[in-house]
Amino acid sequence: MTGAASSARRRLSSFLLARPRLALAILLAPPLSWLGAVYLGSLASLLVQSFFTLDDYTGQVVRELTLSTYGQLLTAANLDIVLRTSAMAAAVTVAAAALGFPLASLAARHARGRMRALFYLGVLLPLWSSYLVRLYAWKLILAREGVATWFVQRLGLLGALEAVLELPVVGGPSLSASYLGMFVVFVYMWLPYMVLPVQAALERVPPSLLEASGDLGARPAATFRHVTWPLAFPGVVAGSIFTFSLTLGDYIIPGVIGQSNLFIGQAVVIHQGTAGNIPLAAAFSMVPIAIMAGYLAVARRLGAFHAL
Amino acid sequence: MRSSRALWAAASFALLFLHAPVLLILLYAFTTDAASFTFPPPGYTLRWFAVAWDRPDVWQALGLSLRVAAGATGMALALGTLLAAAVFRSRFFGREALSVLVILPIALPGIVTGIALRSGMSLAGVPFSTWTIVAGHATFCIVVVYNNVIARLRRTAWSQVEASMDLGADGFQTFRHVVLPNIATALLAGGMLAFALSFDEVIVTTFTAGPQQTLPLWMLSEVVRPRQRPVTNVVAVFVIAVTLVPILLAHRLTSGTETVAGGGK
Amino acid sequence: MSPPGHPVAVRFDGVVRRFGDVRAVDSVNLEILDGEFFTLLGPSGSGKTTCLRLIAGFERPDGGRLFLHGADSGALPPYERDVNTVFQDYALFPHMTVEQNVAYGPMIRGVPRARRRRLAMEALEQVKLAELAARKPAQLSGGQRQRVALARALVNRPRVLLLDEPLGALDLKLRQQMQVELKALQRQVGITFVYVTHDQEEALNMSDRLAVMRAGAIEQVGAPGEVYEEPRTWFVASFVGASNLLTGPVALKLMGAPGAYSVRPEKIALHQAGAEVQGGGDRAVLDGRVVEVAYLGALSRARVEIEGGATLTVVLQNADAGHRDVARMQGQPVRLSFRRDQVRALEATEGAPA
Repeated sequence: MTGAASSARRRLSSFLLARPRLALAILLAPPLSWLGAVYLGSLASLLVQSFFTLDDYTGQVVRELTLSTYGQLLTAANLDIVLRTSAMAAAVTVAAAALGFPLASLAARHARGRMRALFYLGVLLPLWSSYLVRLYAWKLILAREGVATWFVQRLGLLGALEAVLELPVVGGPSLSASYLGMFVVFVYMWLPYMVLPVQAALERVPPSLLEASGDLGARPAATFRHVTWPLAFPGVVAGSIFTFSLTLGDYIIPGVIGQSNLFIGQAVVIHQGTAGNIPLAAAFSMVPIAIMAGYLAVARRLGAFHAL
Repeated sequence: MRSSRALWAAASFALLFLHAPVLLILLYAFTTDAASFTFPPPGYTLRWFAVAWDRPDVWQALGLSLRVAAGATGMALALGTLLAAAVFRSRFFGREALSVLVILPIALPGIVTGIALRSGMSLAGVPFSTWTIVAGHATFCIVVVYNNVIARLRRTAWSQVEASMDLGADGFQTFRHVVLPNIATALLAGGMLAFALSFDEVIVTTFTAGPQQTLPLWMLSEVVRPRQRPVTNVVAVFVIAVTLVPILLAHRLTSGTETVAGGGK
Repeated sequence: MSPPGHPVAVRFDGVVRRFGDVRAVDSVNLEILDGEFFTLLGPSGSGKTTCLRLIAGFERPDGGRLFLHGADSGALPPYERDVNTVFQDYALFPHMTVEQNVAYGPMIRGVPRARRRRLAMEALEQVKLAELAARKPAQLSGGQRQRVALARALVNRPRVLLLDEPLGALDLKLRQQMQVELKALQRQVGITFVYVTHDQEEALNMSDRLAVMRAGAIEQVGAPGEVYEEPRTWFVASFVGASNLLTGPVALKLMGAPGAYSVRPEKIALHQAGAEVQGGGDRAVLDGRVVEVAYLGALSRARVEIEGGATLTVVLQNADAGHRDVARMQGQPVRLSFRRDQVRALEATEGAPA
């Protein structure tokens, strides 16, 4: 570097060092303006759109602020959609917690060194693998001629499967077009999101606490109930944020492994698509945000933010 | 610590549950059955790999995915690093809010981000194209780079920066000789994770794309309306491989790195 | 104020440094002479490290002025000051070898590779670490890293070297050895050393002059002997070494004038009860009873309760006494005496026990 260029660089460095706030502003300007303009701006425009309505006759969006679009959300059919989606989200969360806790427990407490790293990767890899590939895999499995049926047949439980599929809520024409199938796929997809925070929370429990509990006379079940679970709970809540939120907003899984009854995500897609009813689509997309805002407030109270 | 067999059984089941489906796809990439997902596969063949190789739409989608991922990663690296540098040392008004803001694109359901971006872009009169896809991807990739870089920055002793300036290096020289080597692997890891994230993304892409198709968009149309199932299987295998490598590498780069400022502290 | 022919290396002129509401450095005036080994001594939070960082340039004064070799340098960035620092955590660059670390300063200045290699090796030889030049910091022990940090700072031939509690992480024996080496090094190299520590023994051992700091201000500056034997305030008397505080009627009776006095434990002689004390009028004499005695190998420390209920701490060398004799002292009536001219009248008694 030539003398002139390097001394100019030095002068610039000294200039910025003496003005830390200016340096900070320079650092923050690009990312902040991007996130602000592109992202927040888009969110704001969506929110604004939810206060407009679609004129049924002209098919144009009427740019006047009104609550009538939100009113449309309250019709029986639309409420159904919200409730259906929320119920599925809750079921998926509970199942993911039940299935994920033993795995997290093992990885946190009982595996050492290389085993623990392997467990961690074992949970991390599906998390980062392609969503669509994993979904596609289930389409394979749940197909009528696929692995699931083959497996059930080998176990001699085909009759039981048919009976389950006959059930009103859970069943459907086939596994790959039923709430049961959807439920299994959702749990599969979001399981890693539950395991990781729970594992982190469990890892933070010092073994001496469990030993102390045993020393004071508690049996394993009691120790779990009084010591392990309360300490792991924030991790479970943190994981549940993901499982709940992801289920609330998903529209692909219900579309691929579902029936004609809509989930929130699908409602958003449909309304903003050919119908061009952006206001209603926007209003629908506010529902998961509102639900999650409330959920996050409760989760924060339960200590989940320290477990994230 | 003794662990009960029930625990091991439950955990193993969960792990199996997590990995078996993808392994099955691997199996299906070799099946001779072209029309359905019969299990067990009636026969095994390699010819679908050749068929997939000859499909132009697959190559186009792959090319677009790679270009989009590269663009989004580049932007995420720049913006994420700047943000990490700003947040790391300074206390300023709204700092906590910023940490929430950067994670929002990935925390809010994809559908919300997708439709918000679409509505914002159409309001601004921006036509949907490759650029809008890149813009959407960059927005949620920033947080991945940011997390990696700031975690590494927090593990780096600040005294190194002071030592460098004390020894005669100005701010820029210090960045080049001391800071950059320290965060290099974190940048690499963040970049690779961002790449994997972008390569795989489908929801936001659906909303921000024009007539183009990225590989996930291609896969989505195949999942809904299959053309040649085995080809889809082959592409699926390919996608698994492509996203596996950066993730494993990123993991290796960010685990077990220690900072040694030299102190006996 | 500086003696003729002794230029001033560092001058603080009413320097203030604030962090929020706290004045970490509170209107400090200080002169550090060229070529001296100067120590800033004080407890944590006293402002000594902040003063050091002000000299280095990592902090800027909020008020007052800072002069380096006569030039007003408060606003200069660290890389433009002829000052180098040895950090408390050594701050070695982990991705560079020892040699590259030491050669960093020359490298930044654009010194060609062959020459800076030579400079680095010379500096490493000076700290007796030449054979480890190819290692990375992670492969070194604490003591070795410290020497590398020293070499890295010295290779630039700064006019002032700053050392921020460099020996804190080392074990006792190594610390004592390094104290000797650092002192010798300073004599050899001849530059100004500004040393920060909370260890008063270190300060007394190594310094030409030292400053005792408390709560952002300097309480006393002087040569070690001066500060130890003529403390101006109770804080200095009790921080640099240990001391007894004499106040009230007891002080009046023993010293003949009212006030607060500091008398060092080792200056008090212990006699048998009722013994006759030599030295007559120059010594103060008083009686008491040993309430507690601790055997410390080479020394013993006894707490003696005197009239009025106060206790004095006395330190004795175990020259003739063995541990059994020391143990027997417990509870015994004794007579104490000390020379009046070894007692200091204190100007301030802030922080003294009631």
